[in-house]
Amino acid sequence: MIKSKLLNSLTRTLRGIGSRMTERVWRLGAGARLFFLTLVYSGESFKRFHLTLREIYFTGVMSLLIIVVSAFFVGMVLALQGYNTLQKYGSSEAIGVLVALSLVRELGPVVTALLFAGRAGTAITAEIGLMKTTEQLSAMEMMAVNPIARVIAPRFWAGVISMPILATLFSMVGILGGYIVAVPLIGVDDGAFWSQMQANVDFRLDIVNGLIKSIVFGVACTMIALFEGFDAPPTAEGVSRATTRTVVISSLTVLALDFVLTSFMLVI
Amino acid sequence: MDRTTIDLWVGIFVALGVAALLGLAMKVGNLTSSKIGPTYSVSAAFENVGSLKPNAPVKSAGVVVGRVDSIVFDAKKYEALVTIKIDKRYAFPKDTFANIYTAGLLGEQYVGLEAGGEDDALKNGDKISQTQDAIVLEKMISQFLFSKASESKSDNKDADTASKSADTKPTGAKSTELGDAPF
Amino acid sequence: MNPNIVEIDNLSFGYKGRLLHKGINMVFPRGKVVAIMGGSGSGKTTLLRLIGGQIKPSKGEVRVDGEVVHQQDRDGIYKLRRKMGMLFQHGALFTDLSVFDNVAFPMRELTDLPESMIRDLVLMKLNAVGLRGAYHLTPPELSGGMARRVALARAVALDPNIIMYDEPFAGLDPISMGVICDLIRSLNDALGATSIIVSHDVKETFLIADYVYFVADGEVVAEGTPHDLMQSTLPFVHQFVHGEKDGPVPFHYPAANYQAELLGQNSAKHSQAKPGLTKNSQAK
Repeated sequence: MIKSKLLNSLTRTLRGIGSRMTERVWRLGAGARLFFLTLVYSGESFKRFHLTLREIYFTGVMSLLIIVVSAFFVGMVLALQGYNTLQKYGSSEAIGVLVALSLVRELGPVVTALLFAGRAGTAITAEIGLMKTTEQLSAMEMMAVNPIARVIAPRFWAGVISMPILATLFSMVGILGGYIVAVPLIGVDDGAFWSQMQANVDFRLDIVNGLIKSIVFGVACTMIALFEGFDAPPTAEGVSRATTRTVVISSLTVLALDFVLTSFMLVI
Repeated sequence: MDRTTIDLWVGIFVALGVAALLGLAMKVGNLTSSKIGPTYSVSAAFENVGSLKPNAPVKSAGVVVGRVDSIVFDAKKYEALVTIKIDKRYAFPKDTFANIYTAGLLGEQYVGLEAGGEDDALKNGDKISQTQDAIVLEKMISQFLFSKASESKSDNKDADTASKSADTKPTGAKSTELGDAPF
Repeated sequence: MNPNIVEIDNLSFGYKGRLLHKGINMVFPRGKVVAIMGGSGSGKTTLLRLIGGQIKPSKGEVRVDGEVVHQQDRDGIYKLRRKMGMLFQHGALFTDLSVFDNVAFPMRELTDLPESMIRDLVLMKLNAVGLRGAYHLTPPELSGGMARRVALARAVALDPNIIMYDEPFAGLDPISMGVICDLIRSLNDALGATSIIVSHDVKETFLIADYVYFVADGEVVAEGTPHDLMQSTLPFVHQFVHGEKDGPVPFHYPAANYQAELLGQNSAKHSQAKPGLTKNSQAK
């Protein structure tokens, strides 16, 4: 009796794991399929580029404020903390290098992607989910207009274009924030701040690699947001859950991808 | 939202992005300093290059005049062959001295050129014959410790020989020693 | 030319073994207003989706203008869909576009007409539904009836041969209902199109339909002109048309004996039948 109960609960657990696993794999496959279709129908959407421009406005331009403000604070905090530690070793001039390298290599792309997922990604998921719930996508299909070419692809490319721009702005504004704390407030030498930075930040290895990262994050974040919206059950609850999932999955994906990309880049 | 307004904002957005990238490249990165115009390359053999890396600066009198192009190992002579690219604007005599220095105690390593006195200038493909290796910190420390150790050893030896010689000294001397005693 | 623009032949459709439609036959003659009626959940909307090629039948076929819908490739289906206009249940207006842009949407997407001509056409379509003055509003600013009229203008934007209406009267006040009712008939006659109405509003549908199909349990249970059906003695049709509470469609969901259940004679059996309880007891 007890044995059969134990067996029952064991099989139930295993079944649970199995069904979750198949679900995940299925979603991964469906996401990959949507990604592929998006690429296939991108040509159609490029013919009418103003659609993409419109989405750049909604994803990129509307995220400017949050990106610039957070970058400024991140840069200032970096300078404060960095100075605190570097000063103990008598190398407070290296603060420029510290701020610039942390921003350009890591914080710029990663924090931008996280903020992007929260600001633009959720908006995309909610919008697409709502379009699905209110049968707008269906209506488009019935009008012989392909929703992937008309709705998904422009948003995808807008995200992919916006992300590196936002990340670059993040790095630049962050460095300015660090400069303001380090030079006028703390009193690090102005020349040393910039020259040490220039001597140690490599254009190809640091700046371009940071850009590559942010482009990859742009593809990942936008695609996750689009897929979650496209795949959301057509109910209010379904859309809200999809929105939450967008943030969670995007954030985890960005952090994991960051590790993978960094390890590749450091090997090269 | 009007299409022209959107276009304007997107234009501003992209322009800001490009400006930020240029800012990063010029002000933060080394894109400006690594642009050193046309160059000529010369090579130099070192027994030890330490942690010198390709793209490290080549300086003369503290001014960057070029960059390290490549570092390869010469399997025949068991040496490191360093190729450096020097800006064409700067000519160096044939007997120029190449050193590997370290910027600060723990900083990165660079090649320092000290001009000699010859009239002929180095040409593309020439080899600098006078070189000085990188100072490897561990080597220096171990040398220092070794020399310290041997110093103290020789001190002991001196003491030993001194005592031995004291032993072999005539007893008279001993007595004098004793005699030197306060009582 | 085939007098029927849409023909449904022995059509079956279902999800996962459960059949929603079991061998349905229908014809939709050109120029007529044909209604498909039936209770909620009888798969009426699914029929429209099958005609539009959004889903594939399990058996049988749907022919539009002589072409079998589910055998078309993507381009073929899109070509067929250009002959169709569809009014969705809640309008399905694009919320990020104005009324004008909504109606202009199919023209801009599917034709190469110059913008000035599109403007004239859109205003004509909006005029036909009486909303020319509302062209600058956005969908959230419209009432339910107005949204439905805009959606109707959008559905007929490209002068389709077939106009499909999914519950066009649901959730409207009597005035809007009358307006929509008139519009469906007048647009159908003005465009020379065929209208397919899916609805369960007997009064309005019977007012404008030329022919009506009754669907129940996945089959066509009755068909005929509204006049004939009003006189029908078939129990289901009679119940539906006159809105009677009980009849062939029972008021009660199938359940155990009421008296026995209340007296708790087989409560133990009952609690076991409840999946939630069994789960709990197993978990313990």
